[in-house]
Amino acid sequence: MPAMLRTLAQRLGLMSDTFPGGIHPEEHKLSAGLPIEMNALAPIHILPMKQHIGEACSPLVSVGDRVLRGQKIAKAEGYLSVPVHAPTSGTVVKIEEHAIAHPSGMGMPSIFIESDGDDAADASLQPLTDWINCDPTMLRERARVCGLAGLGGAVFPTFIKLVKDQRYPIDTVILNGIECEPFLTNDHALMQAHADEIVVGLAMLRHMVGATAALIAIEENKPEAIAALQQAVADAAMDQVQVVVLPVRYPQGSEKQLIYSLTGKEVPAGKLPMHVGVLCQNVGTTKALHDAILLGRPLTERIVTVSGDALPTPANLCVRLGTPMRSLLERQGLKSMEGVELIHGGPMMGERLRHPDIPVVKSTNGILALSHGFMSAAHSVEQPCIRCGHCSEACPVSLVPNLLADQCRADQFDKAESYNLFDCIECGCCSYVCPSNIPLVHYFRYGKGQLALQRREQAFAEASRQRSESRMARIEREKAEKAARRSRVRKAHAPAASDAKTADAKVAADTKPATGTDSKEHS
Amino acid sequence: MPLIMLSSPHLHGGDSIRMQMLTVILALLPATLVAVYLFGWLAVLMICTTIAVCLLTEAVCLKLMGRPLSTLLDQSAALTGLLLALTLPAATPWWMVVLGAVFAIVLGKQVYGGLGYNIFNPALSARVILLISFPLQMTTWIVPMSMPDAALNLYDISEALTLFLHGPAALAAGFDAVTMATPLGHIKTEATLGVPVADALAAYHYSYLDAFLGAEAGSLGETSALALLIGGIFLLARHTITWHIPVAYLGTMALLAGIFHAIDPTHFAPPLFHLFAGGLMLCAFFMATDPVSSPVTRLGQIVFGIGCGVLTWSIRSFGGYPEGAMFAVLLMNCAVPLIDHYCRPTVYGHGSD
Repeated sequence: MPAMLRTLAQRLGLMSDTFPGGIHPEEHKLSAGLPIEMNALAPIHILPMKQHIGEACSPLVSVGDRVLRGQKIAKAEGYLSVPVHAPTSGTVVKIEEHAIAHPSGMGMPSIFIESDGDDAADASLQPLTDWINCDPTMLRERARVCGLAGLGGAVFPTFIKLVKDQRYPIDTVILNGIECEPFLTNDHALMQAHADEIVVGLAMLRHMVGATAALIAIEENKPEAIAALQQAVADAAMDQVQVVVLPVRYPQGSEKQLIYSLTGKEVPAGKLPMHVGVLCQNVGTTKALHDAILLGRPLTERIVTVSGDALPTPANLCVRLGTPMRSLLERQGLKSMEGVELIHGGPMMGERLRHPDIPVVKSTNGILALSHGFMSAAHSVEQPCIRCGHCSEACPVSLVPNLLADQCRADQFDKAESYNLFDCIECGCCSYVCPSNIPLVHYFRYGKGQLALQRREQAFAEASRQRSESRMARIEREKAEKAARRSRVRKAHAPAASDAKTADAKVAADTKPATGTDSKEHS
Repeated sequence: MPLIMLSSPHLHGGDSIRMQMLTVILALLPATLVAVYLFGWLAVLMICTTIAVCLLTEAVCLKLMGRPLSTLLDQSAALTGLLLALTLPAATPWWMVVLGAVFAIVLGKQVYGGLGYNIFNPALSARVILLISFPLQMTTWIVPMSMPDAALNLYDISEALTLFLHGPAALAAGFDAVTMATPLGHIKTEATLGVPVADALAAYHYSYLDAFLGAEAGSLGETSALALLIGGIFLLARHTITWHIPVAYLGTMALLAGIFHAIDPTHFAPPLFHLFAGGLMLCAFFMATDPVSSPVTRLGQIVFGIGCGVLTWSIRSFGGYPEGAMFAVLLMNCAVPLIDHYCRPTVYGHGSD
């Protein structure tokens, strides 16, 4: 019945035919349809110890060590973590803190590898050509040791999603080839060039999670990619695989929005897609999985869109991880960094970079060089909110952004939380449509940060309180024991003790669980 | 140029407050033209006065508060001025017009902290202040130029100016010759005398077509349902407003009027009469949809529209005033924070909570 109502609402134009809310920003896909170019090896590769969501890795190599391409140079720490591999052969020249792609300009311990130009590969990982007969857990382990993390930009460790859980059987695998961020075309280029590998990767995913159906979702602005994948699916003669063409809408590439667009299912808050029987993987990650299993190749390179209005020749480059971004920008003709702002990722969700020597990491789907004019048009002076409600209409998770922003601005964080602040996916639709140029997402980040801080402080205060209480209890107990001992001694020495003293001892003994001797004394 | 904001998104759709205000002003153009056709130079004088005084008052307020005068460019004060003029009867003397414009900006908007912070629609609140302070002048309706028996020539600037400066009492033609009742006022008066609605309308020579086109007595911009509909559809097409408030408002009015007219046609006017009468169309498309003083969520807007409809119809049918649209909108404005709190949409992933 709800499905029928939904269809009716869509017919009447009361509901979008994809997911609620969203926007259609100007696409700026300057590098659309361009083939993938191989980027030459950089003299120095910089490998930050954390390129995924989760715990940072710890280095396995030391300065002076020679490494081969694909060799594990840092090991995963904790469950939510994947290792880092050398992108090429060479020598470890230093291990020190280096700036990473983070808006704060923060640093991260990084391994610097000087390339020897041989690009000799580590052959210790065997290709699993007979993967179809391999146990899924073995393939899953392969995804983990090869350092796979979601290449769509979220870099969530891939192996975690690849489970066959009896409680949550997965029926559908979704390949995410949406790429709804303006400017970015790396997935587009990848789908065009590597459709066959992606389809094999899809077969692997289905095998690993035991799913029957598979959907490959692509937005209609990528006709070449759609054709390539349709051809690849037909060639592979796979059943129950469907290439689904969706209308262009941002943020359709967001996992939960895509699942809703395709299946009408909502992933409950705080749950994962597997809880609604869906596995969602980015096409780039799928290709990387193919390489890891079939070629025994760890994740050491990715496709990066280098674009922006300030860049003379936008391109899709196949880049080794650790390559400094400056070299890519210079390769594409950027003469000077003067008057140019760098963005890591797309313009809607990407971070502004503090300087160009930051290396390409697993999450680098794009590097944008935007002119000051372009940036300042997006960041004009904040005006008062006129409550037009465009933000609520654009919000893909149905928040009321203007009220939330008011609460965050007024430091009413508890109220903001009750208005579902933590459900915000920071897609930026609200800020995009705001006629008053209010940086709504910025307020939400502030609110989330402040709430996290409050939580930490509360946890700390709680721990201190418990510590202090247990200390007080211990002191009390010791005092009581001492008193009990004393009264016992006294009793032994003077059997005719006064009633008052017995009462004292009783009070003291009551403050703690009675021990054997105490109870004897009272009885 | 310093870039202070580091936070994504680094792309903006290009919409602005100024753009939205200019769109609404443009949408009011048909109603303004009808006002000029009906009331000639008098309409021009009044509209120019309100806009000029609103802008001036806004400038003074901004100056006093130490805010940049560039805020004037957002056109919100000009829009308030235009809206106010369109809600005033043509016979309003100049000093009352000036007073209204000052009230709109100072009491309607700036005392709350300026644009975006006012609880009530500024133009409507000023109009209500005027109505309550000067009930006689605010319910004196000049015979529009479309009527064959219009005693005044308002296309003559000197005659319009005399009326504007000295009020209808100063005219040689005599007070009764130049004024008439509005349809709503007429049936309200007749109803107190026990005359059935149908008879009252017949005596008034009421015609649906005239009411739809706007050839009837009333405030400057409220008479033509057609002109206001054109403006409203323009706003809907431009996505400056959404359908929720006007549809809920007008729908509720039509429904209530329809039900009660069916039950008791002698006491309750037919639905179409209600829809075309008074300030309803103006309020439904331009006042109730004022973003600042209406709910932000779609469900809230529907609730708000229904509330406006119920109140308007109730005041018209049972209240002391013949017209209730402006009171209805202002009363519902008070309820907006509450509506916003309770009418939030279900957040993604919380459907089964």
